[in-house]
Amino acid sequence: MLRFAVRRLILLVPILIGLSLLVFIWIRALPGSPAQALLGERATDESIAQVRNQYGLDEPIYEQYWRYLQTVGSGDLGTSIASRRPITEEIQDRFPATVELAISAMLFATLIGIPLGFVAAKRHGGAVDHASLFVSLIGVSIPIFFLALLLKWAFAVELGWLPSVGRQDVLIDAEHPTNFYVLDGIITGNWNAAWDAIKHLILPAIALGSIPLAIIARITRASVLDVQNEDYVRTARAKGISSSAVDRRHVLRNAMLPISTIVGLQVGLLLSGAILTETVFAFPGIGTWLQMAIVNRDYPVIQGGVLFVAIIVVLVNLLVDISYGFLNPRIRLAGR
Amino acid sequence: MGKGLKVLLAAVAVALTVTAVTLAATTRTGATSDTLVFGTASEPTSLDGAVVSDGESLRVIDQITEGLVGLKNGTTVIVPKLATSWRASNGGKVWSFKLRKGVRFQDGTPFNAKAVCANFNRWYNFTGAFASDSTSYYYYTVFGGYKKPAKGLTNTPLYRSCKAVGDSTAVITLRRPNSAFLGALSLTAFGMQSPAAMAKYGANKGTLSKDGVFTPGGQYGVPGGFAVGTGPFKLESWKIGDKLVIVRNDSYWGKKAILRRVIFRAIPDNAARLQALQTGEIQGYDLVEPQDIPTVQKDSKLKVLDRPAFNVAYVTINQAVKPFDNPLVRQAVAYGLDRAGVVKSFYAGRGTVADEFMPPEVVGYSKTVPKYTYNPEKAKQLLQKAGLTLPVEVEFWYPTDVSRPYMPDPARNFQAFAASLDKSGFKVIPKSAPWRPDYVSRVQSGTAGALNLIGWTGDFGDPDNFIGTFFRTKQGQWGFNNPQLFALLNKALIETNLTKRAALYRQANNMIMKFLPGVPYVHTKPALAFQKNVVGYIPSPVSLEPFSTVRFVG
Repeated sequence: MLRFAVRRLILLVPILIGLSLLVFIWIRALPGSPAQALLGERATDESIAQVRNQYGLDEPIYEQYWRYLQTVGSGDLGTSIASRRPITEEIQDRFPATVELAISAMLFATLIGIPLGFVAAKRHGGAVDHASLFVSLIGVSIPIFFLALLLKWAFAVELGWLPSVGRQDVLIDAEHPTNFYVLDGIITGNWNAAWDAIKHLILPAIALGSIPLAIIARITRASVLDVQNEDYVRTARAKGISSSAVDRRHVLRNAMLPISTIVGLQVGLLLSGAILTETVFAFPGIGTWLQMAIVNRDYPVIQGGVLFVAIIVVLVNLLVDISYGFLNPRIRLAGR
Repeated sequence: MGKGLKVLLAAVAVALTVTAVTLAATTRTGATSDTLVFGTASEPTSLDGAVVSDGESLRVIDQITEGLVGLKNGTTVIVPKLATSWRASNGGKVWSFKLRKGVRFQDGTPFNAKAVCANFNRWYNFTGAFASDSTSYYYYTVFGGYKKPAKGLTNTPLYRSCKAVGDSTAVITLRRPNSAFLGALSLTAFGMQSPAAMAKYGANKGTLSKDGVFTPGGQYGVPGGFAVGTGPFKLESWKIGDKLVIVRNDSYWGKKAILRRVIFRAIPDNAARLQALQTGEIQGYDLVEPQDIPTVQKDSKLKVLDRPAFNVAYVTINQAVKPFDNPLVRQAVAYGLDRAGVVKSFYAGRGTVADEFMPPEVVGYSKTVPKYTYNPEKAKQLLQKAGLTLPVEVEFWYPTDVSRPYMPDPARNFQAFAASLDKSGFKVIPKSAPWRPDYVSRVQSGTAGALNLIGWTGDFGDPDNFIGTFFRTKQGQWGFNNPQLFALLNKALIETNLTKRAALYRQANNMIMKFLPGVPYVHTKPALAFQKNVVGYIPSPVSLEPFSTVRFVG
């Protein structure tokens, strides 16, 4: 198991180098430059030249890339041109917001998706099954930003039940020792702040969780349908074990394997979806940060941010792979 | 179905119902009557006025610090602020400021002539990462350079020295006469900051990071840090991604702020800002998109405030391209552009037709410039008078991938102008380039055809910032050499008597619109939106808008 994990970690190095090169070239292929983005129409040739010189943008591209690799290698992701703050600091401020949102979205997706898929499978071909297929079809096909706008319009603007922007009401005085606002509220015993942070998470989590929910429901349904016809399930039933015990011990446990794969794969989707969801709800996470960086041509942020997100996705996938081992001993053996 | 799952499903259903019911019972977020929440387009960059040029930083700093002079609310008229009076001598090179007595910075240290000199000397002595027009943009623009020349920048410093005469007189000596200097001192960038606080929190610590970005090194002006001025509000806290809070300065020397607190909350998405205003999560925001204005106007709880225009969009006429060196041909262009039509069709009621290169709010605006109302027949006659065969071919450039406040949709402006010129004896050859990186540099270097679309938003309320920037020196964009105009604008720049100075600029505006280096066509007014119960916010053409006069009614 350890060897498996180490091998996967070593594989990470070429993946990240390739990715950093790709992002580096892609950003430089975008029209416009940070020099002009910084100076706007006030830009004169002289001031652009000075900014280019200051930011090292007048060096040959391979030298810029080499310099970039050296900086990243030393654990420094660079400094944002727009905010003038180290990117690692910005990530510390913003990543907890995205994690909180992603966890909420995933909770929403699994808590609704797995039971929905399970019920659909048990009522295979019935009205519940058709309804769940219909719901998951809508979930998959509706664009996240559209759903986000719709939810916001209905529940925040028209009904006024939920807040429309941000992570917490600015009139609430709260301390943020961890930057996970719900957790912060609980740790500091400020229940009002925790509840307010949860309220701010509901709509973005539903919007962001809609696609994973649909996928999870479908995979659960298919997986349960497969498993419940297996010999060992029939044997268990024949032995007279109660229906709920069979479902719990044999059907769901075995059906969980493909489901956990899907849950792991959704992390990448959640992070990309977060850009849209966070923008709509002005949720100050990695998504809004990257979106603003692209608008401002903030090269260091785009480079550092994308690299960071990539590392997270790869690490989560690694964790998913490792978790298989616990769910399914067969994989653990194959890994030896 | 398994019993356990039934329980789980039931639990989820109950949880959702409880949540919905609880939420339905909670009311919308509302402001308390002593706290205003203002939605901003981004987080500030820094709260040290000397090292920023972005509007969101300046908006907050302007509440915390004050300059020697200020502007009368809602205008560009210079009024006393931390200086009660001033006098220029030695032909406009020596400026003596009498300072307001008994003023203290928010950290309790006294504001006096020494503090004034400390601020001026700090700017002048900027080195390294600070001495760059991307860091200290306004200082470089107004004062032309630093004590030690910055790498790659032209260095022509205007400032020579500052001398404290007693506690309440500061004498500033310039290297050459300049009168735009006084108006420029009203800029937020030149607000007086506490020298003690700047030293204590390391305001002058700053480095270039490995990838060349200026990074503040101390705790001054940064999130979670400090910023200390003399203004009606003081900084309470700033946390990125959450909020920036300023509170009333109860020992302010002047009329105290009515609100106890103002909270700035960054909401980068335009639509999200509007919705946050509709839900009451914010009570006001700036830079309302033109398409959102009707929504705000229709909402009985909201209102739109107009900010006076402080920009100009114009058509450049490049005289280096023949036959546009002929005044008759330039007049034909002016008569051939349907400016009123463009302003009416594409500016959603936010624009007024421009008759000169600066907005009416700026001192020196002339009411007697020649006007050129759209007249295709007259344009044709002028071209024929110039001895040309119709139609006259003209290369006309416009930018793509850009929307500016003065030019929301350049392509539509271009199409309308091209159509009206085609009716006026010209044959337009359309050319375009992306705003970045090509268009602006082409326009500036004079390689964007004979005609092109461009504009300008003023930095500060001085006529030199408009027509001086454009026409005081020979520039590739215009392709002309008019020593008489250059001399007049340089004379106006150094005139210290404000009445005489205004007259010189009026004369210059008349001369310019007769000479026609280009054709200005629109000034646009940006919009702010507020809850209806917020009163006392006074929009300013240069966006210097105090929150100290703001209050809630009802």
